[in-house]
Amino acid sequence: MIEKKQLSEDKLLEKVTTTEYKYGFTTDIESDTIPKGLSEDVVRIISAKKNEPQWMLDYRLKAYKAWIEMEEPEWANVSYAKPNYQDIIYYSAPKQKPVLDSLDDLDPEMKKMFDKLGISINEQNKLANVAVDIVMDSVSVATSFKEKLGDLGIIFCSISDAIQDHPKLVKKYLGTVVPARDNFFSALNSAVFSDGSFCYIPKGIKCPMELSTYFRINEAGTGQFERTLLIADEGSQVSYLEGCTAPMRDENQLHAAVVELIAMDDADIKYSTVQNWYPGNAEGVGGVFNFVTKRGICYKNAKISWTQVETGSAVTWKYPSCILKGDNSIGEFFSVAVTNNFQQADTGTKMIHLGKNTKSTIIAKGISAGKSNGNYRGLVRIAKGATNSRNFSQCDSLLMGDKCGSHTFPYIEVKNNSSKIEHEATTSKIGEDQLFYCNQRGIGTEQAITLIVNGYCKDVLNQLPMEFAVEAQKLLEISLEGSVG
Amino acid sequence: MLKINNLKAGIEDNQILKGINLEIKTGQVHAIMGPNGSGKSTLASVIAGKEEYEVEGGEIDFEGTDLLDLSPEERAHKGVFLSFQYPVEIPGISVSNFIKTSINERRKAAGLDPMPAKELLRKLREKMELLSIKKGYLSRNMNDGFSGGEKKRNEIFQMAILEPKLSILDETDSGLDIDALRIVANGVNKLRSEDNATIVITHYQRLLDYIVPDFVHVLHNGRIIKSGGKELAHELEEKGYDWITKEADKKWD
Repeated sequence: MIEKKQLSEDKLLEKVTTTEYKYGFTTDIESDTIPKGLSEDVVRIISAKKNEPQWMLDYRLKAYKAWIEMEEPEWANVSYAKPNYQDIIYYSAPKQKPVLDSLDDLDPEMKKMFDKLGISINEQNKLANVAVDIVMDSVSVATSFKEKLGDLGIIFCSISDAIQDHPKLVKKYLGTVVPARDNFFSALNSAVFSDGSFCYIPKGIKCPMELSTYFRINEAGTGQFERTLLIADEGSQVSYLEGCTAPMRDENQLHAAVVELIAMDDADIKYSTVQNWYPGNAEGVGGVFNFVTKRGICYKNAKISWTQVETGSAVTWKYPSCILKGDNSIGEFFSVAVTNNFQQADTGTKMIHLGKNTKSTIIAKGISAGKSNGNYRGLVRIAKGATNSRNFSQCDSLLMGDKCGSHTFPYIEVKNNSSKIEHEATTSKIGEDQLFYCNQRGIGTEQAITLIVNGYCKDVLNQLPMEFAVEAQKLLEISLEGSVG
Repeated sequence: MLKINNLKAGIEDNQILKGINLEIKTGQVHAIMGPNGSGKSTLASVIAGKEEYEVEGGEIDFEGTDLLDLSPEERAHKGVFLSFQYPVEIPGISVSNFIKTSINERRKAAGLDPMPAKELLRKLREKMELLSIKKGYLSRNMNDGFSGGEKKRNEIFQMAILEPKLSILDETDSGLDIDALRIVANGVNKLRSEDNATIVITHYQRLLDYIVPDFVHVLHNGRIIKSGGKELAHELEEKGYDWITKEADKKWD
């Protein structure tokens, strides 16, 4: 009988591991690619290709010099063969020069790809009222709704365009929240980032639509280093979403992004991520290394809310954080991180309380299946001057099968005695009992798992903008298809 | 409707059911009684198809199909319902969402479209009334934070909505106070019809004062050792189980 049970679990694991990655296609688009490897020259080439001003090149070179002195961090609870940084292509751009005003002029191959990704730009504009910026490999290829947003003074464009068209803003804020020297990957990104999104919401403006960026790695052997800078001026509001996919490739592809958010006094930023990079195959071959630095700063009464649904990537290293500098500012982090097969994730957040009466909330839900390893790592630091601050953390782990692992590493530092911190953590397994209960009510095992997982993630999924909550639910379903017997 | 023939089953090399024979016709209520560890809950689980039990022999004929050939969900689709002794919590899933999924999966198996929202809502309201369930209940999460009594009532609520052909009530009375017991029993009685049948598994005769059975069976050590009418339950209440179990033990040793 034990054998029988074992058999059904094996069957389950087999099924999980044979679930295919839906976005694993490549697109034949002619691209402008520079040779492999990283050197000062490469940094100069990238900057020159983008026709950047001197200050930008200086910024890059300074970052590059810092980077060559730095060591790749090893403290995360993940193990992988470190990428050979000289074997990566640091710049690849689709040759077609995008025409922003008329998407009809896009390369038909590229259009086909967008359709496969489920992004029909025009359709999506009409239906969901979402402005989309699409970054493929290294450059931004399409930004929609630019004009409508422009009427409100909102700037939403690729960071390359921003460097050309809004140099003052970029110069003033770039690297202020995540300095180039912050860590190994932020230094690398600062040296070689080739594109990403830029967004500025003027004082008192409530952005009337969701802003969205889709990132896609297409070219083989390329790294993607996108840079996002989002500034919400005093009293403004914005909701921003990013989605990511990549083709299936045998080698690991590096993705090292930096995202900086600036919420001025009374501003409100909601930043949601649905990360679905290629996770590698069932044997753990290939997949994206997702080493990302995301951080936001909140001034007085400001609020930053991070929501992430992380289902992809072979290795994830990511800690979207909030610096609560202004009094009464609020930081939130809502996360669902799924690992399956051989995926590894070390993800969480940092909440740095500096201002008085600052509040932070952390809800992290990990789901591990297959032979994967999921870790939550979080820091709550309350400075001496951050009196009457509060933090609530809840870290839950859900295990499927008996070959996966899950760990929680909470760090708490409190320097005053008027603040209050609560931390809750649970670990559970999708029980045979729960499954049988659903089965007995006529609900098959696959659907039962979806139901149970969705219930488990509800607090986080509820934070996503409506249009994407459904997408995220489907993604969870696909990621865990066939997870139990 | 249900014919169990020489059913033998156990768990991890430990045979628990040692040859059960039982026949149930539509319109009937059968009570299965017996001391702790006699195999009552195992029987319920095996009929419903819980995987951890290994069936070593026999058959469970349900309207011409051997249930043993079917998965638990297929058995549910055919109209077999188990009211759990320990209902399971499913955090984050509302009662209404769970029941909707349950109904529609069953309809899908029967080749029907999902139930229209209006019809579903009407049905939910009607059955809530039947079981004196308060407003707000549908949006609570499945059994999450429910009291023992609420969990049991939730089982009978699902039974009322799903309208199964065969209902198995596994120790539905345990954990219920007398008022809750009355409401639950009353609900079960209202659901009784000429087209369905019920198996009531209980330790005590108390429940059978409210749900009056047509037949009573005593299960002991994996076998039905005595069957009779409802008066058997009273006799057991008076004299305990010893007088029959001792006799049976002699016979089987």
